[in-house]
Amino acid sequence: MELTNPAPPQPTPLPPPFTHASPPPTLLTQGAEALLYRTHFLSPSHPCALKHRPAKPYRHPILDKRLTKHRILSEARTLVKCRREGVSVPGVLALDAEGSGNGSGGWMMMEWVEGRTVREVVVEKGKSGEGLEGLMGKIGRAVGRMHEVGVVHGDLTTSNMMLRPWSASVQNGTRVMNGDGDGEEARTVGEILEGEIVLIDFGLAVQSLQDEDKAVDLYVLERAFGSTHPEAEEGFQEVLRVYGESYKGAKVVLKRLEDVRMRGRKRSMLG
Amino acid sequence: MIALGLEGSANKLGVGLILHPSKGDAAQILSNIRHTFVSPPGEGFLPKDTAKHHRSWIIRLVKQAMKEAGLRVEDVHCICYTKGPGMGAPLQSVAVAARMLALLWGKKLVGVNHCVGHIEMGREITGAQNPVVLYVSGGNTQVIAYASQRYRIFGEALDIAVGNCLDRFARTLRISNDPAPGYNIEQLAKQGRHLVDLPYAVKGMDCSFSGILASVDILAAKLEANHGGWMDETTNEVITREDLCFSLQETVYAMLVEITERAMAHVGSSQVLIVGGVGSNERLQEMMGIMARDRRGSVFATDERFCIDNGIMIAHAGLLAYETGSTTALEDSTCTQRFRTDEVFVRWRE
Repeated sequence: MELTNPAPPQPTPLPPPFTHASPPPTLLTQGAEALLYRTHFLSPSHPCALKHRPAKPYRHPILDKRLTKHRILSEARTLVKCRREGVSVPGVLALDAEGSGNGSGGWMMMEWVEGRTVREVVVEKGKSGEGLEGLMGKIGRAVGRMHEVGVVHGDLTTSNMMLRPWSASVQNGTRVMNGDGDGEEARTVGEILEGEIVLIDFGLAVQSLQDEDKAVDLYVLERAFGSTHPEAEEGFQEVLRVYGESYKGAKVVLKRLEDVRMRGRKRSMLG
Repeated sequence: MIALGLEGSANKLGVGLILHPSKGDAAQILSNIRHTFVSPPGEGFLPKDTAKHHRSWIIRLVKQAMKEAGLRVEDVHCICYTKGPGMGAPLQSVAVAARMLALLWGKKLVGVNHCVGHIEMGREITGAQNPVVLYVSGGNTQVIAYASQRYRIFGEALDIAVGNCLDRFARTLRISNDPAPGYNIEQLAKQGRHLVDLPYAVKGMDCSFSGILASVDILAAKLEANHGGWMDETTNEVITREDLCFSLQETVYAMLVEITERAMAHVGSSQVLIVGGVGSNERLQEMMGIMARDRRGSVFATDERFCIDNGIMIAHAGLLAYETGSTTALEDSTCTQRFRTDEVFVRWRE
C-alpha cells in the first residue's frame, strides 16, 4: 500500500538572516542533508554558496540538534584544515551551527565554486568513454591529496566533486572568483574535461590518518561509481592507480581496500 | 502460470502459491501461509532447532496451501525455493523438501535469492515502479536501487543487521519473542519518552549497529542494577526500559532513514519501498513518510503478510525468473548462506 502523507510538503524556509537578503538566494539543489543556495557574501558581486541544514522533522528533536551542530562544526573545521594544507576545497566564510536556537537547523556559507559536478561530466562523456582517463587520474590525485593531510571525506561520490575550469580557479594565490565572464569563455574554448577537481560536501568528513578509514573512503567511492556509472566502471582502476602514486602511504591504503571489499556482509566467498 | 514457493531462511517457514495471469495483469495470490519457530524469552533461534521445526512442518504447510488454493499437482508449473542468503541448516531443510517435491511431481526447480524475493513482492503489491528499496530484517540491512539488470546495493550494515540489533536487545531485556522480538520492542517504545544518547554510526551510505547494541546493553545492565530505573544526571529524568527501547528505535531508524534519503538524492528517485520484517515497524514507516513528504516523494510499504518472510515472495520472484527461461537444475539446486542481492542477473526488468 502507499502510505498517505498527512500534510502536503512545505517548501523549506530560509534560515534567518537570509530571509531578508536582496537579491534573495536561489536554490540550486536539495541534497539528502542540506539545501544548497547561491547567494552573495557582503556585496552582491561576491557570489557564495549557502548550505542550509534544515531541521529533520523525522528525527527526534534532541538527536536532530545534536547531529546538525556536530556536522556543521566538523565540516567547517575540516574545510579550514584542507584549505590550510592546500587541498582544493571551498573556503568557509561564515556559519551558525545552532540556527540561533530557533529550530531552523543550521547553516554555513562557503566560497562559490565554478564548474560542473564530475557526475554530470562522466554521464555526458560516459557513452563514448573517451578522454575520461585524465579525469580519473585527477580524481585519484585529489582524493590522495586530501588523504595525505589526514582528512577522510566520508561520502565520496561523483556528485561531491566539482570540475572547476582552470580560468576560474585560484589566481595569484588570491581567492578571486570569476563569476561569469572568464568561466563561460573556458567552457566554450576549452575541452570539457579540462580543469581542477574541487572536493565539496564535507558533511560526513572526519580527520583521520588511519589506513582503515581512508580505505573505507575509497570503497564508498568505488561503489558509488559502480552504481552511478556502471559503464565507466573500468575507469575506476585509473583512479586507484593514480591514487597509489599520489602520496607516501597510499599503497598501504590500497592494500587495505582489498580487505574492506571482502568485508561487506554476505559478500560472496568465491574468489 | 502457477508457482509454489518455499521459504525457510530463518525462523519462519512459508509456503505460497502464486498465479501470474497473461502479460500485464496483476499477480493473484492463491495461498500464503506461514509457521514461525518461536524461541523462549532471552534466547535466539538456533539453526539446529529451526531446521527441525521446518522439517516437521513443511509437508503439512504444502498440503494446506494446495488445499487452500484448490489446486491439483498438474496445475503447478514450477517449484521455487530460497537458495540464500540465510541460516545454513534451515535453508538446507527447505531445499531438500523442494527437491523432493520436484522429483515427485516432475516439476522444474527455481532457486531464488531471498532479498530479490522481498523486493519483487514489494513492487508487485505496492505498484512502486522504480523505488529505492530499504530492505531491513533480522539478517539483512541494505539500501538498494535498480540499474542495468541488477539490484545494486548502495548502502548496507557493516556488522550486524538492524533487526539483529533489536532482537538481541530484546534478549537482553528478556522480552518475549512472540510474535516477534522487534514487535514487542516497538510496543514498549511507544511508552518511552526520554531520549538517551546512543552512538549514531552512519559511515557514508553504510551503517553500523554493533556499537549501539553494546551501548544500550550497558545502559540496560545499569537499569537492572538500579531496579528498573535511574536518574539521568543532565535532565533529572528517570530512565526506564521503555525509554531505552524508545531511544534505540529513534536512533537506528533515524540512521536508516538518513541513508535511504541519501540514496534517493543520489539516484534522483522520489519513491521508497520498505521491505523485510523490520519494515512492518510503524515508527520506521512514519519517519520514512515524513522524509519522503519533504522530498515530495512517496513511501510504499506492505503489511506483515508480505513484509515478514513468506513463501509467496519466493514463488513470485521464482516465477518471474521461470517465465524468462531461468530454472535451476537438480544438481545445482544447492543453497548458500552468502548470496548477495547484486549477484542476481535480473532478466525480467527493463
